[in-house]
Amino acid sequence: MKIWVCFATALKTLLSHKMRSILTMLGILIGVAAVISMVSLVRAEQAMVQQSFESLGTNLIFVTPGAPSGRMGMGGVLGTTQTLTLEDAEAIARDAPSVSMVAPMTQTTTQIVAGGENVGCLTLGVTPEYQHVRNFEVDQGSFITEQDYKGRARVIVLGNQLAETLFGQISPVGQSVRINGRQFRVIGVLKGKGEVFGVEDQSAMVPLSTAQAVISSERAGSGGHTVQSISVQARSKEAIDTAHWEISNILRQRHRIIEGEDDDFTVMSMDALLGTADQMYVIGELIMGAIAGISLLVGGIGIMNIMLVSVTERTREIGLRKAVGAKRRDITTQFLTEATVLSFCGGAMGVGLGWLIVRVSANALANMGLPFPAIVPSDVIALAVGVAILVGLVSGIYPAIRAARLDPIEALRHE
Amino acid sequence: MVELESITKVYKAGRTEVPALRGISCRIKPGEMVAIMGPSGSGKSTLMNIIGCLDKATSGQYRLDGIEVSKLSDNKLAEIRNKKIGFVFQSFNLLPRTTALANVELPLIYSGSGNRSQRALQALESVGLAHRIKHRPSELAGGEQQRVAIARALVNDPALILADEPTGNLDTTTSKELMLLFKQLNQRGITIVLVTHEPYIAAYTQRTIRIRDGQIEVSG
Repeated sequence: MKIWVCFATALKTLLSHKMRSILTMLGILIGVAAVISMVSLVRAEQAMVQQSFESLGTNLIFVTPGAPSGRMGMGGVLGTTQTLTLEDAEAIARDAPSVSMVAPMTQTTTQIVAGGENVGCLTLGVTPEYQHVRNFEVDQGSFITEQDYKGRARVIVLGNQLAETLFGQISPVGQSVRINGRQFRVIGVLKGKGEVFGVEDQSAMVPLSTAQAVISSERAGSGGHTVQSISVQARSKEAIDTAHWEISNILRQRHRIIEGEDDDFTVMSMDALLGTADQMYVIGELIMGAIAGISLLVGGIGIMNIMLVSVTERTREIGLRKAVGAKRRDITTQFLTEATVLSFCGGAMGVGLGWLIVRVSANALANMGLPFPAIVPSDVIALAVGVAILVGLVSGIYPAIRAARLDPIEALRHE
Repeated sequence: MVELESITKVYKAGRTEVPALRGISCRIKPGEMVAIMGPSGSGKSTLMNIIGCLDKATSGQYRLDGIEVSKLSDNKLAEIRNKKIGFVFQSFNLLPRTTALANVELPLIYSGSGNRSQRALQALESVGLAHRIKHRPSELAGGEQQRVAIARALVNDPALILADEPTGNLDTTTSKELMLLFKQLNQRGITIVLVTHEPYIAAYTQRTIRIRDGQIEVSG
């Protein structure tokens, strides 16, 4: 029997029981839709988070005060302990050969007043290096310069959202704002970084020297100027680990921490953090895959069940086909084809539904201000449809063999 | 055409063995039209199944159209049924939800023949149903349904047509029309063997084989 005749026969049979066929397909349809949508959404989020991590800075290492708390931790809440100083940052820049740039940072919660607007926000004290280490792009005006830093200039750079809150449609560059009663001139507005790590979009930045002079002037126990974090850029991706080690050594020496004692600071490379996140996504994908697999299994059982019913119902048909010359192989092929066509159609519709779910979710997220890349990866489609066909084949085998084994005489007598 | 020699058939029901045929020998020559008669339980259905290659004899030899078929494999028997035998059943056994034409095409699918619809159409023409090819069995009268079944039996140009009480579900008028059709086919040279209870049906044939208790009572 030719293959296309098999398909035509199978299609005709399935179409003659439309409701039953659709209900049977539903199991596979839901399973495949689940695989497609779950995996696509997880992958899209992963891509988005990866992008966000990259926007934080290249080859970035974070140094924060306080002992490391657990593997994932960032060393307590920023700014709760004051063990890092400006002098530490200078020492790292001077003595760590694997480090290309160092950007210490202080942060204070302040009220910024501009015209009639009064907004509470974070004001960061930064050095010119901060822009490069943390990959900031300036939208209007310019970033803090070396001269601003050295001269403790009263200049301020605004995050894009903060600028909008304070000035609306007016161009902020050249305008002035007041912090703690002191006047600052706006010299730049930053480009937005997006949602995941976009705290800076709502913050302001002033020269670190200015911040220490006029906004906050806390001092560490050692007498240096405290900073809340030090962002360090390693010379290359390969140098990250060495840089990590060099920074730890320098800080342990400077803080006089002896062998066996815990660090009073945390060094964390973004690479390691990203690795941990990636691991979580792999686990997430596996769990999604398992859930989808179970629903496909249930779908397969549904197909097998219906095929068995169909074999019983069509016993006389099978007997007749055998009487007019069908071999066992022909009967097996017929029922296997039917099961596979069922699961394939279910799978194909599942791809459609999965795609729809991804699109709808992406649109909903976009409306909430989260642009989400809504792509259904083709390897996922291929995998899902392949598995669906396999499920159909496997669940069709037993009914098909039963049909093929029927004795034509008995089958023809069947009521 | 059909040569049976000492055919026996024993069914096993649990431990007891039930003999259905006890040594049947007979010959049906090419071009003959023969009726098989006998009370129910006499073994005539078993004999038909063996002649139709649907069942294998327990012992004895069976030559169909010169081929020794008693030792053939299931697949070979399926091929013989497909190419050499046409079946007509009491209850028609047409596929529901399938047109007359598609029903007639069925044996051609398994013989892998080309231009199926044309050959099926010819077979339907020869039974006088060319105008009903797109109808489904449920839209046809009993006699018409049996004509479709006969067309299906004819479509592969078989050497032998086996009809198991072909008029059992039909009224007398229709039965007579159908027997005339069988006679026409026989005049075209097709060997026909039919099982019946009705003497007036058997009267259309050239001879009657009577079976009782698994043995031939009268042949001729």
